[in-house]
Amino acid sequence: MSRTATETVDTITASPSVKRASLIGARIPKLDAPDKATGLTRYLDDIKLPRMLYGKILFAHRPHAHILSIDTSAAVTMKGVRAVITADDIDLVPFGFGRDNTALKKDKITCVRDELAAVAADTPEIAAEAIKRIRVSYEDLPVVGTVEQAIAAGAPVIHEKTPDNQPFHFDYEHGDIDLGIRASDVIVEDTYNLQRQTHCCMGTAGIIAQFDAQGILTLHSLTQVPSLYKHDLSRIINVPPQDIRVIQPPIGGAFGSKLDIHPFEPICVFLARATSRPVKLTFTREEEFMATPTRQPMMIHLRSGAQKDGTFTFRDVRMTLDNGGRTSWGATTPWISMRTFSSLYRVPHVRQHVDVIYTNNIYACAFRGYGNPQATFALESQIDVLAEKLGMDPLTLRLKNAQQPGETTGQGMVLRTCGLADCLKTATKHAGWDVKRSPPGKQKTGRVRGLGMASMFHVGGGAKIHRSDGCGTMLRIDDFGVATVQTGSSEIGQGSETVIAQIVAEELGLDIGKVRVLNSNSDYKPWDVGVHASRTTFIAGNSALRAAREARGKILDAAADHLNLDSVDLDLYGGQVIKRSTGEPLVTIDKIIRGMHFGRKNDMIMTTDFYEPPSEIPDEHSKGDISACYAFGTHVAEVEVDLETGVVKVLGISAAHDVGRVINQLGIEGQLEGGIAQGIGYALTEEVKVENGRVLNLTFTDYKIPTSCEVPELKMVFLETNDPAGPFGAKGMAEAPLVPVAPAIANAVYNATGVRINELPLTPERVLRRIQESRDSESE
Amino acid sequence: MQKANDKLCIEFEVNGEAVSISVSPSTSLLESLRDHLELTGTKYGCGDGECGACSIMLNGKIVNSCLVLAVECHGSKMTTIEGLANGKHLHPIQEAFVKNGAIQCGFCSPGMIMSAYALLDKNPAPCEAEVKRALEGNLCRCTGYRKIIDAVLSVAHGGSAHE
Repeated sequence: MSRTATETVDTITASPSVKRASLIGARIPKLDAPDKATGLTRYLDDIKLPRMLYGKILFAHRPHAHILSIDTSAAVTMKGVRAVITADDIDLVPFGFGRDNTALKKDKITCVRDELAAVAADTPEIAAEAIKRIRVSYEDLPVVGTVEQAIAAGAPVIHEKTPDNQPFHFDYEHGDIDLGIRASDVIVEDTYNLQRQTHCCMGTAGIIAQFDAQGILTLHSLTQVPSLYKHDLSRIINVPPQDIRVIQPPIGGAFGSKLDIHPFEPICVFLARATSRPVKLTFTREEEFMATPTRQPMMIHLRSGAQKDGTFTFRDVRMTLDNGGRTSWGATTPWISMRTFSSLYRVPHVRQHVDVIYTNNIYACAFRGYGNPQATFALESQIDVLAEKLGMDPLTLRLKNAQQPGETTGQGMVLRTCGLADCLKTATKHAGWDVKRSPPGKQKTGRVRGLGMASMFHVGGGAKIHRSDGCGTMLRIDDFGVATVQTGSSEIGQGSETVIAQIVAEELGLDIGKVRVLNSNSDYKPWDVGVHASRTTFIAGNSALRAAREARGKILDAAADHLNLDSVDLDLYGGQVIKRSTGEPLVTIDKIIRGMHFGRKNDMIMTTDFYEPPSEIPDEHSKGDISACYAFGTHVAEVEVDLETGVVKVLGISAAHDVGRVINQLGIEGQLEGGIAQGIGYALTEEVKVENGRVLNLTFTDYKIPTSCEVPELKMVFLETNDPAGPFGAKGMAEAPLVPVAPAIANAVYNATGVRINELPLTPERVLRRIQESRDSESE
Repeated sequence: MQKANDKLCIEFEVNGEAVSISVSPSTSLLESLRDHLELTGTKYGCGDGECGACSIMLNGKIVNSCLVLAVECHGSKMTTIEGLANGKHLHPIQEAFVKNGAIQCGFCSPGMIMSAYALLDKNPAPCEAEVKRALEGNLCRCTGYRKIIDAVLSVAHGGSAHE
C-alpha cells in the first residue's frame, strides 16, 4: 500500500527552531477499540434494564391487501404477555418523507414489511409465541410487483391520495440540451438497472424505550441523527421533544440505515407506554433483511454526447425509481445522483427527469453514497462507451473533461480545491494502466483479464439541506489537565470520536489519552444535524478545533500571567506550556488550570463553539454551493473473468482520493478498505431479490456479502489538497470510496471480455448469459 | 445433569471458572452465555451460524455458539472473548486488532478475534491464505477485512505489521 503525503508521522513546525511530532496524519488506533476487542462494549443488545420487557412485531408478510380484522384475543390471554397493540390503540400520525407511513397499519397493507400489531412480554420467546397467535383476516389485492405494472393503464392504486402511483417527480436542468445535442459529433445512450443492496449491519436494529414517573421518555436508540430524531419522533408518539432523552449506545454498523425513523421505534414507545415498563425491541436477522429499507433501486436512461476532440457536450438523464409501498429517504436520492451527472466533469448542458413510482415492493432509505453509486455506475460506464466511439483512451477522455480547482460547476458548486486530475493520473499510474491494459481480445475460453476505471464526486464539507448544517461543541479542561469534549456528532463505528480527540489534543498540546469525547446522550449533546453526507470530520472537526483554539488562547493568557511572559512567546505541547522559541517546558497545563481555580482569577477553562459551514441551501432549481468543499476520487479495478463459469474476480483496486488532508491515517485507510468491500459486494453479489412484492433472500447464505477471501490487492493514495475550509485541511471521506467501485469493475469486465453489462450485480449467471448473447449476436 | 421443572441444570467451565446454570432444552449456548452468565461479549448476528459473531472456543474447537444447545455442553470447557485478556493486559491478538485498526463498529470483533485465536492455537504461523480461510465464516461489514488479516498476520509473525 502506498501513500504520498504522510509516509511517517508528520512533523509540523512549532517555531523556527523546534520541530515536534504532530497527531495530524498519524496512525491513531480508535479510542474505543480496546473495549470492543475484549467484549466489554455494551451494545444495545447487551443492555438489560430492571423489569424490562421484550417487544415483537407482527409483519404483514403479504404485499397488498385490505385488513379486515385483527384478533389479538389468543395473544392477550397468554401468561407473560403484558400488552398487545394494533393501529386501534395508537394515534395514527403519518410520517416519513411522503407522509405515507404510520407506526402500525390500519386498513391497508402496501408491502410485506407493513407492521400490523405488536406485543410486549416477559421473554422474547413468549413475545414470539404471542405474535403467532394473532389472527388477521385479509382481503388480498392484485400485487403491483414492478414499475411497469404500476404505471400501466388500470393499475391497482396503492395509495388513494396518489391515483397514478407516481408520488414524486424531480427535475433539474442547466444549459440547453438541444444546443448540446446539436454540438455533438458522437451521441450514445443506454439504460442502466441498479438493484437493491442492503446494509447488513452486523448488529441488528433495535431500541429500548422507558418512561419515568415524570413522563420523560428515555430511548436507547441507534439513530445516527439524534437531534432531528427527537424532533421528528415527538410528533409520532405525542411526547414533547423536550421530554425525550436519546441515549446512543455503541452501534453494530449503520451506513445510512439509521438516518430514518423506522416504524419499530414508535411501536416500542407505544409498548412502553401501554405497560409502564421498559421495553426492548430488537430484530432477528430475518427481520433485518425484510424490514430494513435498502439502497434505492433505479432504472437510469442516460444519453450523452461529445465533440470529436472529446469535449463533453450534454447529458440527458431519465431516472425511474421503484419506491416500494411506502416512502422513506430513498425517494430523495436523485438529489445526490444529479450532482454527479452535472458536476463530476465539465458538461455545459445537463437535464435530469425523475419519476418516483409506488409499487408493492419493500422500500429504500439512505445507504452510503445516497444515490451516487447508481449515478456513477451509469455515467462512468457510458463514458467508456463514448471513449471507444471517439477512439480515445478512457483516461484521456476523462482528463480532458475533468473539473479543475477554481471552477464553478453547472449546478453552482464551487470547487475551491479539486484533485480530480491528480486522482485520475495517480490511480492509473499505480494500476499500470499504460502497461497492462490492452483492448478486449478474441479469447473464447479460459480466463481473461482486464482493467477498468471510474471516478467519483461527492460532498466533502457537509451538505446544507436543512437551514443549518452545523455542529456544536462544549469543551472543558479540568484541574488534572483532562479535556472533555461534548460534541453534537455521533460515533457510529466510523471513528469520529478518535478524530475529534486527535484534533483537540493537537490544538491543546495534550496526550490523546487526556481527551475524552462525550457524544452519546442528548441531555448534554449540543445540536448537530447528524451523521450523514460524510460531514462529521469536516463539520464536527471544525467545531471541535475552534473550541480547542479558544481554550488554548485562555490557557496561554493565564500562563503568560503566571509566568510574567508574553503569551505569543508560549506554546502548548506534551501537557506543558513551553517556550515557543526553544521548546523548553515551563509549567504543566493542569497547574495553570488549578491556578485559575484557586488563585486570584477564580475562573475555569470552558469554551463553546457552533460551527456553521460556509455553504448554501440549493435554490428551487437545485442549484447552489451546497457544501463547503467537494471530494473526488478515481479507482482502477483489475479483474479476471472466467469465460466458462462467468465468475468475476477482482484482483486489485488502485484508488486515489482527494481527501483534503489525512487526519487519521489508520482511520481513513479503514474507510477506504471498508467502502471498497461494500462496493465489490454491490458490483458482484449483493441483491435483495423481490418477486411479486415478496423478499426471497433473508439470510447471509442467500444474500452474499464479501468475506475475508474476497479481499483484493489494494493500492491506496490519499492526495492532500489542503482545503482551506477543512479542519487542518481535511475533507469528508466516508461515502466516497464505495461510489466508483462498481463502474470500475464493470468497465474492467468489458475490457476483459468485450461484453458490456449495464445492470448489477455481475453474478456468474448474468455474466455468462451476456457473454453467450454477445457471441450469438456475433455469429448471426 | 439434573432436571427441575422443564429446566435442566448443567455445569461447565467457562474462562477457567466452573459454572452451573439451569436452562430449557431448547436454549442455545449463545443465549445461555449472554442471558444466564452475562457474558455479552459473544454477539448475536444471525442465529443461523452464518455470520460468526457468536464464535467461541468449545473443548478446543471454534464453534458458532448459536448452533450449539446449552444442554450439549454439560461438562465442557469453553473460552469466550472475555477469557482472552489477562487482567489489564490484552491478549496479543486483541492488541494487534486495536493497533492495526482492525476494529470499526466492533460488533464482529469478538467472534473474529476468537476465530483468529483458534487458528493460531492450531497453526502459530499461518500464511495469508490460511488466515483468510480461517476467518471466512466471520462476516465484517465495516473494515473490508484487510486490517483484520494484517492484525492476525502480525501476531503470527511475532510483531505488528505496521510498526
